[in-house]
Amino acid sequence: MSHPANSKVILEAEGIVKILGNAPTQVKVLKNIDLQLHTGELTLLMGPSGSGKTTLLSILGCILTPNEGRLSVAGHATANMNAEGLANLRRKHVGFIFQGYNLVPTLTAVENVMLALDLRDQSGPDAYDNAAEALEAVGLGHRINASPSKMSGGEKQRVAIARALAGSPSVILADEPTAALDAENGLAVMDLLSRVAQDTNRAVLAVTHDHRTLKFADRIIRIDDGRIAGSERPKLPGAEPLQVEAH
Amino acid sequence: MDLAVNSSAQGAALPASRPTKTRPANRPRAPRRIPMVAKLAYRNLFHDRLSFIVTIVGIVFSVVLVAIQSGIYLGSEKKIAAILDQAPADYWIVPLGTKSFDDPSPLSGRERHMALSVPGVAHVEDMVVSFARWRKPAGGTNTVLLIGSEAVSDRPLPWNIADGSRGALNAPTTVAIDKSYFPDLGITAVKDQAEINGVNVEIAAVTRKIRSFTTLPFVFTNIEEARRLTGIGQNQATYERVLLSDGADRDAVRNEILRRLPDTEVLTQTEFVKRSQAYWLFQTGAGAALIAGAVLGLIVGIVIVAQTLYSSTKDHINEFATLRALGAGAGYIVKVILMQAVLSGLIGYALGILLAMGVIAAAEDTKLTVVMTPQLAGALFAITIGMCVFAAISAIIKVVRIDPAVVFSR
Repeated sequence: MSHPANSKVILEAEGIVKILGNAPTQVKVLKNIDLQLHTGELTLLMGPSGSGKTTLLSILGCILTPNEGRLSVAGHATANMNAEGLANLRRKHVGFIFQGYNLVPTLTAVENVMLALDLRDQSGPDAYDNAAEALEAVGLGHRINASPSKMSGGEKQRVAIARALAGSPSVILADEPTAALDAENGLAVMDLLSRVAQDTNRAVLAVTHDHRTLKFADRIIRIDDGRIAGSERPKLPGAEPLQVEAH
Repeated sequence: MDLAVNSSAQGAALPASRPTKTRPANRPRAPRRIPMVAKLAYRNLFHDRLSFIVTIVGIVFSVVLVAIQSGIYLGSEKKIAAILDQAPADYWIVPLGTKSFDDPSPLSGRERHMALSVPGVAHVEDMVVSFARWRKPAGGTNTVLLIGSEAVSDRPLPWNIADGSRGALNAPTTVAIDKSYFPDLGITAVKDQAEINGVNVEIAAVTRKIRSFTTLPFVFTNIEEARRLTGIGQNQATYERVLLSDGADRDAVRNEILRRLPDTEVLTQTEFVKRSQAYWLFQTGAGAALIAGAVLGLIVGIVIVAQTLYSSTKDHINEFATLRALGAGAGYIVKVILMQAVLSGLIGYALGILLAMGVIAAAEDTKLTVVMTPQLAGALFAITIGMCVFAAISAIIKVVRIDPAVVFSR
């Protein structure tokens, strides 16, 4: 399978197995997953409910640890890292976008972005300028002092994208970023994410059920019953037209 | 709303891996710099105003209760030691087994001269302390603590004379009492007359703010009159106030006095004060009750602050989980919780100490002596902040156990 020019592997998972629960009710959620994310690509992770998408996202984001397999993010192997080590890796290399936005309701838009910078030890006027720049880049330059409670869902998700971008992470992981948005805003957010992914030092992975977002994907990975069921690059010359399946 | 991306933000305007540093003229300037941890803490605190008010009321209640209880305790200590503090000595010669200053029994009468003959002793003063029966001018009796001291002294008793003079006490059958005891003793002004142990006496001086720790009023007179009114011998006294010469060997003097006066105890100023305070505050249980009240105040404060902080943490648990997912270390989140606790403590302390000072000012002219010192205020501050930090433990335990994976299930 070919990749874009100048692309490099920024995240690599190999033989990932995740078991949830305790015997005898334990469930093997992920079964020997191999996956690579390349810089400059927006990858969509699709699959039916319960297929293991969110669990895989949590493992790739160093929030959950796999029972088996190995993971490397931006060249850092996560094996043997404790909770603080994993938090450190997330802070430096991973940006998250959540389905429910997960903004701090008591902080303004710019403060929410500054919070992410503060975690990276950036504070003061520079942090404010960087946060404001990130908000301007997502079209929210005029709303930097707005409170999340006064923003629409689309605006909140763009603040969340600005927050994820602010620390210049190597990998951005988005969990159903359009699920809480109407069609227009959902498409605008995906357009934004596809442009975010054009950075040659960054990869974006979005878990989604929304088939309207397929046109933005550089790559689509399908997962079913804890296994990779297929992978395609719809934008490559000669690629098959996308087959939209209803799940 | 339209989420179409601003055309000026297309492509290259998105933050790349390396952030750019150009400030558009229309962008607002960075607001006053407040550390993000502090900002998050106070916004969390003020977000739920009712909960915040409950927290502050709890802390204020606790600070006021602890301040008043501690103030009464210190006031009691001060009252118990008042006479001794006013007439400090290098050593006090007291009858063997004396429990406190106002537990008097007479010495034999030879102590003063024996002590004066000890090398290193410069000066010895007699002091007579005795219970006496006071008959009010209009009838009715009261028990008082009669204190007789020498007129020629570097620290004559009484002090704080508001009406009359110390010199007037040199005349026979004259006494001084505190103005606050007028109602108890049936007195209205200087020159009023009463009886002590059946002997007519006249009020020659009135003091202010000299109250005893017990319910027995102090009545001051000169040493000769005290002996006469209590019926003890002309050489007898209750205590001997001993002053040493410069450079005297304190231990040698003490040992020599003890050798010559085996039926007495020789106490330093501190020992006599501590013994008197320990007797009244601990052997009678009065101090324990005050301390228990202060501890109760602390416990109430801790419980209220702990409950509200825990509740606030639960309310904001999703935000803390998000912070954790974004890579915040446990220390960062703990700092937010501790900052909330410390902010609550600062605000609660400021309001509490103001209220306590008001209560203390209101009690100024009452029988209750409440003392506030810079040391007590400082200790209260440390206790309040410590209490809030301690109360934050349950919230901290809750927050460090957050599983950041919950952010994907919300």
